[in-house]
Amino acid sequence: MSQWGDLRHPRDEAAAAAARPEIEPERYEMTEGAAYHFGVGRRDFFRVTGAGIVVFGVLSQTAAAQEAPAPGDVQRRGAAQGESGFAAEEALPENIGAWLHIAPSGAVTVFTGKVEVGQGVRTSLAQEVAQELAVPLARVSMVMGDTARTPFDMGTFGSRTTPTMGQRLRHVAAAARQLLLQLAAQHWGLPAAAARHLRAEAGAVVDPQTGQGLSYGALARNRELAAATYFRQGGLTPAVDWTIAGRSVPKVNGRAVVTGEFRYPSDQTLPGAQYGKVIRPPAFGCRLEHVDAGAARQLPGVTVVRDGDFLGVTAPTLAAAERAARAVKASWTPAPAQPSNADLFAYLRAHAQTPEAPALQLRGSMAAGLRAAAHRQRATYTIAYIQHAPMETRAALAEWRDGGVTVWTGTQRPFATRDALAEAFHLPRDKARVLVPDTGDAFGGKHTPEAALEAARLARGAGKPVRLQWSREEEFTWAYFRPAGVIDIRCGAAADGRLTAWEFHNYNSGGAAIGTPYEVENQLIAFHPCEHPLRQGSYRALAATANHFARESQMDELAHAVGMDPIEFRLKNLRDERLRAVYQAAARAFGWPGKKTRPGQGFGFGGGTEKGGRVATCAEIVMHGGQVEVRRLVTAWESGAIIDPDNLRNQITGAAIMGLGGALFEEVEFAAGKVHTDRFSRYPVPRFSGLPAIEAVLVNRPDLPPAGAGEIPLVGVAPALANAIFDATGERRRHMPLARSSRV
Amino acid sequence: MRLVLHVNGREHAVDADPEALLLNVLREQLGLTGTKYGCGEGECGACSVLVDGELLRSCQVPAAGAQGRKIVTIQGLAAADGRLDPIQQAFLDEGAWQCGFCTAGMIVAAHALLRRNPHPTEAEIVTAMNGNICRCGTYPRVVAAIQRAARGGAQGGAA
Repeated sequence: MSQWGDLRHPRDEAAAAAARPEIEPERYEMTEGAAYHFGVGRRDFFRVTGAGIVVFGVLSQTAAAQEAPAPGDVQRRGAAQGESGFAAEEALPENIGAWLHIAPSGAVTVFTGKVEVGQGVRTSLAQEVAQELAVPLARVSMVMGDTARTPFDMGTFGSRTTPTMGQRLRHVAAAARQLLLQLAAQHWGLPAAAARHLRAEAGAVVDPQTGQGLSYGALARNRELAAATYFRQGGLTPAVDWTIAGRSVPKVNGRAVVTGEFRYPSDQTLPGAQYGKVIRPPAFGCRLEHVDAGAARQLPGVTVVRDGDFLGVTAPTLAAAERAARAVKASWTPAPAQPSNADLFAYLRAHAQTPEAPALQLRGSMAAGLRAAAHRQRATYTIAYIQHAPMETRAALAEWRDGGVTVWTGTQRPFATRDALAEAFHLPRDKARVLVPDTGDAFGGKHTPEAALEAARLARGAGKPVRLQWSREEEFTWAYFRPAGVIDIRCGAAADGRLTAWEFHNYNSGGAAIGTPYEVENQLIAFHPCEHPLRQGSYRALAATANHFARESQMDELAHAVGMDPIEFRLKNLRDERLRAVYQAAARAFGWPGKKTRPGQGFGFGGGTEKGGRVATCAEIVMHGGQVEVRRLVTAWESGAIIDPDNLRNQITGAAIMGLGGALFEEVEFAAGKVHTDRFSRYPVPRFSGLPAIEAVLVNRPDLPPAGAGEIPLVGVAPALANAIFDATGERRRHMPLARSSRV
Repeated sequence: MRLVLHVNGREHAVDADPEALLLNVLREQLGLTGTKYGCGEGECGACSVLVDGELLRSCQVPAAGAQGRKIVTIQGLAAADGRLDPIQQAFLDEGAWQCGFCTAGMIVAAHALLRRNPHPTEAEIVTAMNGNICRCGTYPRVVAAIQRAARGGAQGGAA
């Protein structure tokens, strides 16, 4: 895989960004398909394409690793991925009309393959377009994640929407604004040299000298905006001059949300739609042996669909579908032997795929670094499997018509889902359409197409549209998990606090943010992919959480050994000015180092950088026996220019709360191929009670391009808490979740 | 099974599955999809509705058991003229959601709280709302929205 480029320490931000593949190495779900494979429709497939090779999935991983770069880059290609993980390239349109439409009424419609899953981009992207196009925000509406209407997009992940799509749409809008200015000049008979004073404002071109104005709607009427290319056209508005972007605005679909009128994927329906229910194997790895569907088929309106190991029913209501599913007698092969969470970490270590993984970053000599150290340490950290547990479970509505299928579903990768449908049903790509209504959470957990495939398969069998929504138990069991991991660290520091050696091995959890932002002459950093018992994949911030937990915990331990304040120790070894500023901002807002006023109190710090964001979290806790009470979290954050401060604050606070769950108590328990923690009553998540006071400190850098902020704000939480627990008790907890640390 | 349900100020006659839950009938037969499925075990609050003014999880209520009672869902909280209930307005004003999927249940639960206790303390809010999960972690804003609505005075709207 081309994953190694992602793991080098980003010395040079620009070079690192250019070299960085867009698929992090822990995005395993791309190569792990669903538990079944359809045999349906091969005859149709041959009729369409002639006998031969499935056309999707012929290009290399390297091509897949390159998401469409920003406008102006030499290369303008995206890559589509089939279920298999291979890719086919698709060129991205260069014309304005593919991205932006101005109606005669002046209404602006923007087309993007990105999707809204709670990160707020339906609003923030509209802000960016409104800003560059100089129209009121209310006039901009976004068409998102519709494979028939929006340009190709690889997916909504990796915190790429703001830095790539935002920038792209700003270029599109700026080019459209230039074009509208030219059209107005032509209309008024002004040569270019005499038109420089024309201004675009509030959806019109105005001539301040004459007082004349022409609305965009009037200018765009009957003109082919599609003819105009936008690449390499500059003229972006600097963030310091922003008036629409850069400000807090109400979310664009707010009223529909608070009235319950907004329709999420699981709310979509069609006349005559049936309800689907998939019959799952009793455990991972079971194969379908025998089905007796006689009783189920007697039930009114019920269809039973078996296709290989896939088994499901449809019925006129969900209750009837569940009853029919219970009436199907299926026998499955016994579950193969497989590890449980109790022996997970030994299993991972024993099943490293490359026991001697290549050092991703090798500098100097560990032996020399450790010799130079006055303080040497080694430690092992473990990270449990956790689940995304999105509020909205996976859902899809599928309809077949004229030999093609249309699916409304909640996915972060609409085009990949389209390709998976085409692949599964042997359809040409233009016979599968995927639409993604704004979705109830994703958190990196909705990259795969299962619900869409299942609904489509059932709809095909039923001959009617089918609605499917996974139960919470299915979501907890049959979705994929954030990878568990084992991390070994060996390190050393000189008596004056200078780091001399840093060796870091991550087994299985992934390579995101595996490098250290601190200056160390002697480094050895390696990621060891492992055979793993559960289907695993992306999660908000990926392995950056695990890697920050281990690194920042160890940095704390080194600081104590050296006898320095933990933040002072980090700053001594840190040159990145932006990260220094964020550490200092957090410390200032928190009142670091804090003053202990009660028994059991502790303060802790964790910070770092990933995906263009810089974060620092200070935590205050109080121990009650072995129980941790988190009293206060202060997170400072910098990701370049801020597009919407209110949404950014919301994201940072939400990330901190989500981070608390994984840091303190979330842990998937499984054995013999079954997930025990398959419902909220068995898998607690953060709730209203027990939440700390949370403060988000925004560091705005309007001189820098905006980076994504939906993921990385959470990575400081776990180490800050672990370090606060140490501060309070002298006990190092090296297992995530921390509250269950004693189990390891 | 023929049922007559009184929902959001109107009577609806439906032919329901005998095993149907109130949540199923609302979503499937009345098209009231503002009320969400989140867990099916009464743990997350996404399906919250008011039944005779009482806050219930519609995933735990058999549809037949709701006959003869007045049911109000998220889609029945705003006034007939479109004026939002104060708690809906407060959620808007505070931007108290991210994905918004839990918001309907949050608003219904908050509405029930404010009817019972128009000026709850923060601790009372936390206790009353603790059965509602928000995976985006917008809890602090939900608390702020409830406090804002409480400051605004009496509740309007239906129910």
